[in-house]
Amino acid sequence: MSMALLEVDDVVVRFGGVTAVNRASFTADRGVITGLIGPNGAGKTTCFNVITGLQKPTKGRVRYRDRDVTSWPVHRRARHGVGRTFQRLEAFGSLSVRDNVRVAHEIHGGPLTWLGGRRGVLGVDVLLDRVGIAEYADERADSIPTGTARLLELARCLASDPQLLLLDEPSSGLDETETGAFGALLVDLAAEGCSILMVEHDMDLVMSVCHDIHVLDFGEIIASGAPADIRTDAGVQRAYLGYAEGDGDTTTMQAVAEEVSPA
Amino acid sequence: MGSLFAYVLLGLFTGAAYAIMASGLVLTYTTTRVFNIAHGAFGMFLSFVFWDFTQRQGIPTVLSLILVLGVVAPAIGWFIQRFVTRGLGEGPVSVALVVTVGLLVGLIGLAQYLWPPEPRALLPFWPDTSWNIGGTYVTAHQLVTLICAVAVAFGLYLLLGRTRIGTAMRASVDNPELLKLFGGKPDRVAALSWAIGMSLAALGGILLAPVVLLDYYGLTLLVINAYAAAMIGRLKSLPMTFAGAMVLGILESLAVAYLPKDGFLNSFRAVIPALFLFAIVVLMPQAQLRIGQVKGIVTAPVPTMRSSIGAGAGLLLVALLLVNVVAPNQVLLIGVAATYAMVMLSLVLLTGYGGHVSLAQFTFAGVGALAYAKLDEPNLLGLLVSALIAAAVGALVALPVLRLTGLYLALSTMAFAVLMDKVIFNADFAFKFNGTLAAERLSILGLRIGSDTSYVWFMVLAFVLLSLGLLVLRRGALGRLLIAMRDSPSACGTLGLDMRWFRVGLFALSAGIAGLAGGLFAGLRGTVGAADFLYFQSLLVLLLAVVFGATSVTGALLGGVALMLLPEFQAASPSMAGLLFAVIGFGAVLLGRDPNGIANHLFRVGRWLRERIAPGLGDRLGERLQGLLPRGGTAADGSVDVPLVDVPGSPARPEHGASDTIVIEKVR
Repeated sequence: MSMALLEVDDVVVRFGGVTAVNRASFTADRGVITGLIGPNGAGKTTCFNVITGLQKPTKGRVRYRDRDVTSWPVHRRARHGVGRTFQRLEAFGSLSVRDNVRVAHEIHGGPLTWLGGRRGVLGVDVLLDRVGIAEYADERADSIPTGTARLLELARCLASDPQLLLLDEPSSGLDETETGAFGALLVDLAAEGCSILMVEHDMDLVMSVCHDIHVLDFGEIIASGAPADIRTDAGVQRAYLGYAEGDGDTTTMQAVAEEVSPA
Repeated sequence: MGSLFAYVLLGLFTGAAYAIMASGLVLTYTTTRVFNIAHGAFGMFLSFVFWDFTQRQGIPTVLSLILVLGVVAPAIGWFIQRFVTRGLGEGPVSVALVVTVGLLVGLIGLAQYLWPPEPRALLPFWPDTSWNIGGTYVTAHQLVTLICAVAVAFGLYLLLGRTRIGTAMRASVDNPELLKLFGGKPDRVAALSWAIGMSLAALGGILLAPVVLLDYYGLTLLVINAYAAAMIGRLKSLPMTFAGAMVLGILESLAVAYLPKDGFLNSFRAVIPALFLFAIVVLMPQAQLRIGQVKGIVTAPVPTMRSSIGAGAGLLLVALLLVNVVAPNQVLLIGVAATYAMVMLSLVLLTGYGGHVSLAQFTFAGVGALAYAKLDEPNLLGLLVSALIAAAVGALVALPVLRLTGLYLALSTMAFAVLMDKVIFNADFAFKFNGTLAAERLSILGLRIGSDTSYVWFMVLAFVLLSLGLLVLRRGALGRLLIAMRDSPSACGTLGLDMRWFRVGLFALSAGIAGLAGGLFAGLRGTVGAADFLYFQSLLVLLLAVVFGATSVTGALLGGVALMLLPEFQAASPSMAGLLFAVIGFGAVLLGRDPNGIANHLFRVGRWLRERIAPGLGDRLGERLQGLLPRGGTAADGSVDVPLVDVPGSPARPEHGASDTIVIEKVR
């Protein structure tokens, strides 16, 4: 058994003449948080779509728990523990926040939970409390702020008890305090054994919680490694800023963080 | 060999006309994402305009052709795009479908009104000219058709490949927002493609009118041929669409040649396009889930269980009063209204909750009626089995489209409705051609519900029970799942839900409800025939369900009453018959964007009235009711339901009394 829970192997995705992902290979290990970063349009969300099965790769394989899942349909991957949130929100807008999570619980638990009544609701409320949005439980999901909706998507995803959690820009829309609490929650989840792969623009968050980071630029992986290595990688700096430290300027990734993070 | 060649050649000419029509459909669909079900209806309407110009006004043929193809059709296309279908492409598929079905029905009504039924013929071009090619006669009209098809293909190739606006058209297929950013004008592109599409519909209609006959329905149904041809190119590729049209034309021609001239198989000739369509749909690859759905659909409030039961009891009381008060023939009409209302309930489940559209819902009622009559078991078990058979047939229709999206499901149901209408219902094992089957009213535990009044009241009871069942389902886990699937299929998929089977189940359940209504309807009538279940009726059922509110039980009730009244009004003033279709069709075009319909506005009025006039009255009433009912407020479990205020039954009935003189007499 290899260390990696997820292996993306030489994946290519082409839309017409545009190559969105070009021979990308990376892994996400068990029980840790892995970051997938890169400038806008680098192909991060497309990678997520390939991993979850929403997008068929033009070439390449996806392996999960040492099994080739490339041809698996979306729901089958989910049943085996691949969960995700969406960058462009996909909350169930006309249901309440609580019912959003309840649906996830019911999908995951199968028909037996459909008759569960209040016992199901209890677990749901625990989850809402854990991500910190319990006060919104009775509101319609299309009426809550973006940051809250992202947390709702996380809670909904957790209700299906995932082993691999794919988070697509989870912290955008959160303020500084909320982001701090969110980072702590991610660390807790990882400690409980949930592996996380996260696309994120907030470099402070990425650098503080991630064990490994992969950098994607124009559909290609240009760097992989621990946060410290990525911070000083010349190629990464060029991708973000157009120039690197050695090029005669002293800007560091700290500046990158300031540039990219919305706060 | 000679005859095979002749039939293939003949098929090529028909195929050429299909190709012209289908290319127009593909053009409008790819550039604006609105599938125009009324494409054939526009072809029909414009063929009538062409007939009017040439035969009635006496304008020379060539000038008429130029006027219709160059002025009238593009103007209509521009108008429709500008004022009717704009923005529909980004919305839910169900809304676009309802609006274009509305156009279809409206156009048929308008055509009937403007050109009342009488024998008309659109002559072929140069009817007396023909040539002998290899032992086969080729008429000038056929040659013109072929030349037109080649010209259309070449013209579209030049337009899309060699001009600026053509490039913009291709770009708008991929991303209209991006096109706007780069200085393109998606609105102009859309208007142009609708103008061209409409001209192509007209040309196809005019070329086919001598073959299909100048008829409201025949030409309208050509949309199925066009759709079948376009499916080969997956509604995208024009060259494949042309190829598909040719294959379809040849298949039809060969069917004419080689299928037996009488008997069951003979009737298959009319439905070759529908069969062809099913064959292609089965071979289509799995569709991918789309991300970025439309969010936050406002829906009519779900009433609390308490108010639902109260409303149901109220409706039963009103019905009891009505069946004992109105004239005997009007008692039957109430039964008809209950039938329609039950069929519309099946659409509340499918369309209102599930977001899918069926254009065959009354056909499923026909399946239920057929099964009930054939089983000849006039009891609850027989009724249940009939509903199960209808549900199984519904599952069979949904199965081929298992891997595809809602649009394909809806279009397949239309092909299915036509198939049943033209072939199966008329077959010897079913109602027989022009025949009817007898059906007995059912008995419960040996007690036969024989009289009109008690049977009709029983039907209203069935409606109430179905409604309550539906509301229980909506409030439970299944209801949540349905709404979740409608709001975001991709999220459901990534949470582990296999939506394909769920959709088949949903479709089967909905067909089963319609089948149950059909079984009860058969008992009500005593005799049922194929003529009771025409495909067109399914379109009316859908439109009225949406106009009156496809998201609430009340909407189904109101819609059912309205659909029952429609033929009464039409019989009262035959000259207005077409106009009423036009009103319904174009009304649906106006109201179709809001599936909550009139019922939801009534709810708002009811809430407003209660807040203004009698605050607290509802609470007091509620307290009274609490004592009567075993278990009250199930709404407290945290769902966001708003209590329903008014009794759904009461606003519907006065219409009935108002339109007829009430004759109080002793009821049997």
